[in-house]
Amino acid sequence: MPDALLLHMKVNGEDVEVAAPPHFTLLEVLRYKLDLIGSKQGCDKGDCGACTVQLDGTARLSCLTLAAQADGRKVRTVEGMTAAHLHPLQDCMDKQVAAQCGFCTPGILMAAEAYLTKQARAVSRDEVAEAMAGNLCRCTGYVKIVDAIVEASEIMAAKEQG
Amino acid sequence: MGGNFTKRRDGRTEGKDAEGWQLGKAHRKIDAVDRMRGQLRYADDLKMPGMLHCKIVRSPHPHAKILNIDTDAILRMDGVHGVVTGKDFPTPYGVIPWTPDENALAVDKALHVGDGVAAIAAVSEDVANAAARALNIDYELLPAYFDPEEALVGEQINPYSRKGNLSKKVELEFGEVERELDAAHLVVEDRYFFEGSTHGAIEPHCAVANVEPNGVLTVWSATQVSHYLHRELAKVLDLPANRIRVIQPPLGGAFGGKSEPFDLEFCVAKLALQTGRPVKCLYTREEVFYSHRGRHPMRMDYRTGFDKDGKIVSVDAKTLIDGGAYSSFGLVTTYYSGQLLCAPYDFGAYRFNSKRVTTNKPACGPKRGHGSVQPRFAIECQIDKGAVALGIDPIELRRRNFIGRETQTINEFKIGSNGFLECLDKVEASSNWKERYGKMSFGKGLGVAGSTYISGTNYCIYPNEMPQAAVQISLDRSGRARIFSGANDIGQGSSTMLAVIASEELGLELADIRVVAADSDLCPVDLGAYSSRITLMVGNACVEAAKTLRKTVVKNVAASWEVPPKQVNLVRGMAVDMENPERSISLAEAFVIAETEEGMLSAVGNYGTRSDRHGEYRGGTIGASPAYSFTAHVAEVEVDEETGVVEVTNVWVAHDCGRALSPMIVEGQMEGSVYMGFGEALMEEHTINSEKNGVHNAPSLLDYRMPTFLDTPHIESHIVEEADAQGPYGAKEAGEGPLHPIIPAISNAIYDAVGIRLNKTPFSPPAVLAALAERKEREARGEIPPHKRASTGGQS
Repeated sequence: MPDALLLHMKVNGEDVEVAAPPHFTLLEVLRYKLDLIGSKQGCDKGDCGACTVQLDGTARLSCLTLAAQADGRKVRTVEGMTAAHLHPLQDCMDKQVAAQCGFCTPGILMAAEAYLTKQARAVSRDEVAEAMAGNLCRCTGYVKIVDAIVEASEIMAAKEQG
Repeated sequence: MGGNFTKRRDGRTEGKDAEGWQLGKAHRKIDAVDRMRGQLRYADDLKMPGMLHCKIVRSPHPHAKILNIDTDAILRMDGVHGVVTGKDFPTPYGVIPWTPDENALAVDKALHVGDGVAAIAAVSEDVANAAARALNIDYELLPAYFDPEEALVGEQINPYSRKGNLSKKVELEFGEVERELDAAHLVVEDRYFFEGSTHGAIEPHCAVANVEPNGVLTVWSATQVSHYLHRELAKVLDLPANRIRVIQPPLGGAFGGKSEPFDLEFCVAKLALQTGRPVKCLYTREEVFYSHRGRHPMRMDYRTGFDKDGKIVSVDAKTLIDGGAYSSFGLVTTYYSGQLLCAPYDFGAYRFNSKRVTTNKPACGPKRGHGSVQPRFAIECQIDKGAVALGIDPIELRRRNFIGRETQTINEFKIGSNGFLECLDKVEASSNWKERYGKMSFGKGLGVAGSTYISGTNYCIYPNEMPQAAVQISLDRSGRARIFSGANDIGQGSSTMLAVIASEELGLELADIRVVAADSDLCPVDLGAYSSRITLMVGNACVEAAKTLRKTVVKNVAASWEVPPKQVNLVRGMAVDMENPERSISLAEAFVIAETEEGMLSAVGNYGTRSDRHGEYRGGTIGASPAYSFTAHVAEVEVDEETGVVEVTNVWVAHDCGRALSPMIVEGQMEGSVYMGFGEALMEEHTINSEKNGVHNAPSLLDYRMPTFLDTPHIESHIVEEADAQGPYGAKEAGEGPLHPIIPAISNAIYDAVGIRLNKTPFSPPAVLAALAERKEREARGEIPPHKRASTGGQS
């Protein structure tokens, strides 16, 4: 096995070439090689969801994804969410005080954005609970996160139509 | 200003403009967006040139003598730069100065599976892991004790113990307990068991150390008690405290799980000193479980006497506490298990006897609602049983026992404000209790419980007469305030709370306030984020500093305008002439006027606890607080008779937090508390397997079941504001109190639903099925009537 693989991916819209050991996970490459520290390591075994990123638009646990599996693909992390303005999800999460310690928040944002983008409509609280069940939050009791995601879905759906 | 005001989903606009400019408004937290953009650096996000990675090698045995550690072989491995063992840390420490009974790494013997034995620093995590696997350690196995009663008669576990395996014993009696029990109309007697649980913060513990060019050892740690860490580092490393700097970076949750020093902080510090390079250690999730310091398992034998009207005439509480291998906060836990029970109800007489025992398990410590969640479970179930036996509505019975406001508990704690009755009213009305309790169909039920909690404790961890909290605020000519505070923001929003207070007093926008927190080189000492102390204690200090500065600015602006000071107001970013509103200047201009006259604009505020709030007896300060919060919960459950699954469908929570400085943050604390207690009630168990050599039964977030989005019940929060004279603007705590009642409320609701009493947590399907089967047998024998089934809508 080679000491390192040369990987090519599009990360948050930019072409990236990065060398990493073959056993590195996508999370390790993002955090250790690309200094994208927004994706968090909470359990390193796929239980908590704090490392959730999007691979070609689908939410993935980056701690269970080998970096080699992302070769040639589009990776989106929380750092890619904010362009000129805060993303509606971030704005609603902020307004609803839905981040307490904020450690699970990047993963929540990535999972929620992937879900809302696919739905492209306003969603209900029950639907959000179902869609987000793979992301643990230990601070909030989820109430305000659900409030924020429902509110953001309404804003995003209105924008789509408008 | 726009960002600070939110129209709520129910259309109600937060805030009372007439009362103040910031207090009681919906605030966005001052640092939440930075967290959401993935830009804020938590401990594990810190990276330094030449940084080494540290791995701690842990004992696979629950109790074993360490015979030899072959460090030489490891030091010869490529990429390994340093190894430390217990011999490098001969000085014992403990967060409570009276019980220093742990070493940074085990010196002679390991006391539980997962006890740290050696630490390795290497160029990468991979190399450190490989070296950790290769390290040869010879152990001699010793008998291990997992049961506190066996441990009490077994060989001494902790070498520093003074009384064998009895870690702490407290017995206090107030009034004539036996006489009152003898005279009581009804005595409810039962045994309860509260299983251990752990914090489960999503961020694992992490620390980084570096010796800075000026020779100062700097430690960045995910801690909620920077100051205590600072003290213990100085002690264990034998360095003067002024050669150490402790910084708490943004923290990813704590809940009490980061409220004392851990092995990793000493190890990275020692390895940084030894190697001359920065060193980082990040716990694996498994290590977080083994480090624990979570909720103590408690076995509680309670006798509660009632008169015929439901008045509680006497309470006798006997508690056996399983402490694990180290003392941690155990001295305090043992007191809290009895001392915090004496409100919101008036007890005619009270006695508690609590014993904490050392066992060969990961040490227990403080988890949200330290030491008082377990006894609260017992007493609130006892009260429910009394209410049913006496035929009195459980909410009404609680009202009859209300201790009152501006009063004193039987153990001599001084109660100020007390909104408990309003809390009961709120949950009674919002749950439609009167129409539904006892009247829902079989399988569905409602349960109620109440509680109290402290807003900081009068008992400082190390005795001293210095202030418990201090805040320094500086204003500068750009129109900005800088708040320097040692308080640890652990996600609860303490930095935002300080900014809100400074904003209220100085008229600044929140965006113009910087909070510099928890850096020992920059900030005044604060004792940390525990005991729900920050809003009351640090908040009071902040009010004092901000008021001083406000006075200075107002005085100088008034002088320059040649008007009396009371005519000048600072609000909405401006200094305004109240008699002549056309005359106003920006706060930046106002600060320039004041700085020109006074020099640098800076002020400090201090907070020291009043010394007349506790009991005059040995232990009477422990658990006494300047002010107490009060909570009531109603839980609604559905119990599946076939599967034993309990579903909690709704929780109504009302919490008296004094004055809600920032209501949405208070609500977040209430919701998070309900959630955390709900998990303990139904699913969480922090246990070891005594058949398998003391290994943890569930050391992962898959096996240790924490509630997900889908599991969590619908939670409806009601803030009750009964301002307390001791709190800043009347504020009391909100972060821990609202956890307490949920567990007994669910147990009591299960009784209403199907007529079984669950006296042991968690209320798992096998426990429910066993209790249902037992009840059916008793019904079949004619000992008790069927629960609710005799007639539709019948009272049980």
